[in-house]
Amino acid sequence: MTAAAIPAATRRAVPRWLAEGRALPVAAVLAVLLVVWYAASVWLNEPQSREQLDRAGAPWTAADLVAHAWSMERPVLPAPHQIGVELYESVLNRPIDSRRSLVYHAQVTLSATLAGFAIGVALGILLAIGIVHLRTLDRSLMPWIIASQTIPILAIAPMVVVVLGNLGFTGLLPKAVISGYLSFFPVTIGMVKGLRSPDPLQLDLMRTYSADRAQVFAKLRWPAAVGFLFPSLKVAIALALVGAIVAELPTGAQAGLGARLLTGSYYGQTVQIWAALLMASFLAMLVVGAVGLAERAAVRLRGGRL
Amino acid sequence: MSIAHATRTAAATAAAEARPPVVEARRLTLVYQTPDAPVTALSDIDLTIRKGDFVSLIGPSGCGKTTLMRVIADLERPTGGTVTVNGGTPEQARLDRSYGYVFQAPALYPWRSIERNVMLPLEIMGMSKAERQARAKRYLDLVGLSGFARKFPWQLSGGMQQRASIARAMSFEPELLLMDEPFGALDEITRDKLNLHLLRLWAQTGLTVVFVTHSIPEAVFLSSRVVVMSPRPGRIVEVIDSDLPRDRDLEARETPAFLEIAHRVRMALREGHSYD
Repeated sequence: MTAAAIPAATRRAVPRWLAEGRALPVAAVLAVLLVVWYAASVWLNEPQSREQLDRAGAPWTAADLVAHAWSMERPVLPAPHQIGVELYESVLNRPIDSRRSLVYHAQVTLSATLAGFAIGVALGILLAIGIVHLRTLDRSLMPWIIASQTIPILAIAPMVVVVLGNLGFTGLLPKAVISGYLSFFPVTIGMVKGLRSPDPLQLDLMRTYSADRAQVFAKLRWPAAVGFLFPSLKVAIALALVGAIVAELPTGAQAGLGARLLTGSYYGQTVQIWAALLMASFLAMLVVGAVGLAERAAVRLRGGRL
Repeated sequence: MSIAHATRTAAATAAAEARPPVVEARRLTLVYQTPDAPVTALSDIDLTIRKGDFVSLIGPSGCGKTTLMRVIADLERPTGGTVTVNGGTPEQARLDRSYGYVFQAPALYPWRSIERNVMLPLEIMGMSKAERQARAKRYLDLVGLSGFARKFPWQLSGGMQQRASIARAMSFEPELLLMDEPFGALDEITRDKLNLHLLRLWAQTGLTVVFVTHSIPEAVFLSSRVVVMSPRPGRIVEVIDSDLPRDRDLEARETPAFLEIAHRVRMALREGHSYD
């Protein structure tokens, strides 16, 4: 065998896309995660399993214990395959409009998330524009904005629901407001920085054209801020989802992933809780991915750079 | 100096005086208030720039040449004396969009293609789309960038970016062009090329140009008048008229007339320095 033959053989054994892509590292991490999870599930469920096997009376082995720990109906930590089965059942094997379908709950949460995201982005951008253009707002608003984010959302959410309920707003809107409350913050911070990012030279240039404030905004500040907008939007939409789920907890919502989590914990349905959690993270990947696609489109529009 | 030469200079001066002044500064002073002590950036500047002049401001760093230009452009306000641009205040001239400013850096907006960068002032001034496109094409042709209209700034070399910024400053056809060390960051060969370009533009259009530099050959090669400045406080040491022909080429830099003017500029710069 010649020296040159070795790399050629290696290349054949592991295809280029697999060796250089991200698939392999991601799969490796997933595998480690699964092993740890299965082990943890045995460790955490063991006392209950032992008790139940003892109560059954028949002699049991270690293998029985592991098998039991991985197949309990209300385990402390369900095994991954149990969650997988629950996800499969509640996503694919139920009518989409059924209360037992996760797709139905996810869709309820998604609409609150998107509405809240819209509110948050609009509010965030308006606040940033005000802060950058009006000295009074610049001095007065920032401490309040930061203070608003130090209050636990769980403390504020019930009050928002009560107040808005009194005004006759129920259903989607209170959830969207709570979700917007969480998501405006990164947008404001990012946009204030972005709108202030033009350097003195770029601003002087506008002055030599005697451009008015609206033109400086439209032709310089806004386009300069777009590069700062997308990272903020990614954080904002993830927070909007968290906000929507949190808003479903204290509102006694009948539907949504938050409601699903709540009923799961009422009845000790840990498998259901974990399935809803996984669904929530799929949803998060979906919405953050959507923002990523929008970002890519914006980059393409600007010739490859933001 | 020969009698013939002196007569020619006198004639040139008389002709120059017939042209209307574009910039007039009288006892112009600018003092910056800083936390520890006030800094005099400009002190008693007297200067008249007439229509069609190519005036270079030359001097070491800190002599206030950029500040003087920024005062003319209404980007800084003087603290004493008077300055008029086109007979009015610099602010009025700025509001009338009567000058184009070329900065040290190209200051192109990276999210706009070269063509749309050149169109930027035209958009702000509310020109029609057809007019904007026609002018962008004309001025990109003029600076030799016709093939690069659709490229983005980062896809161009530094020299090309600076040419684009010159096209942008000329696109709305101001009669006064203020250029602040526009070629300072470029290599010598590119600089020569752009100098020739600029001279041709000036000769063709009858523009008035104010040009900041700290290169003696560049100042002498380009200018009809060289204003020598000196620092601490920023002031004018000497104004040297040049009677090199308007359509000079790079070889003009080896002629005795050129070398003589360059020598006078160098002497004036040295005199300015002897104060500190």
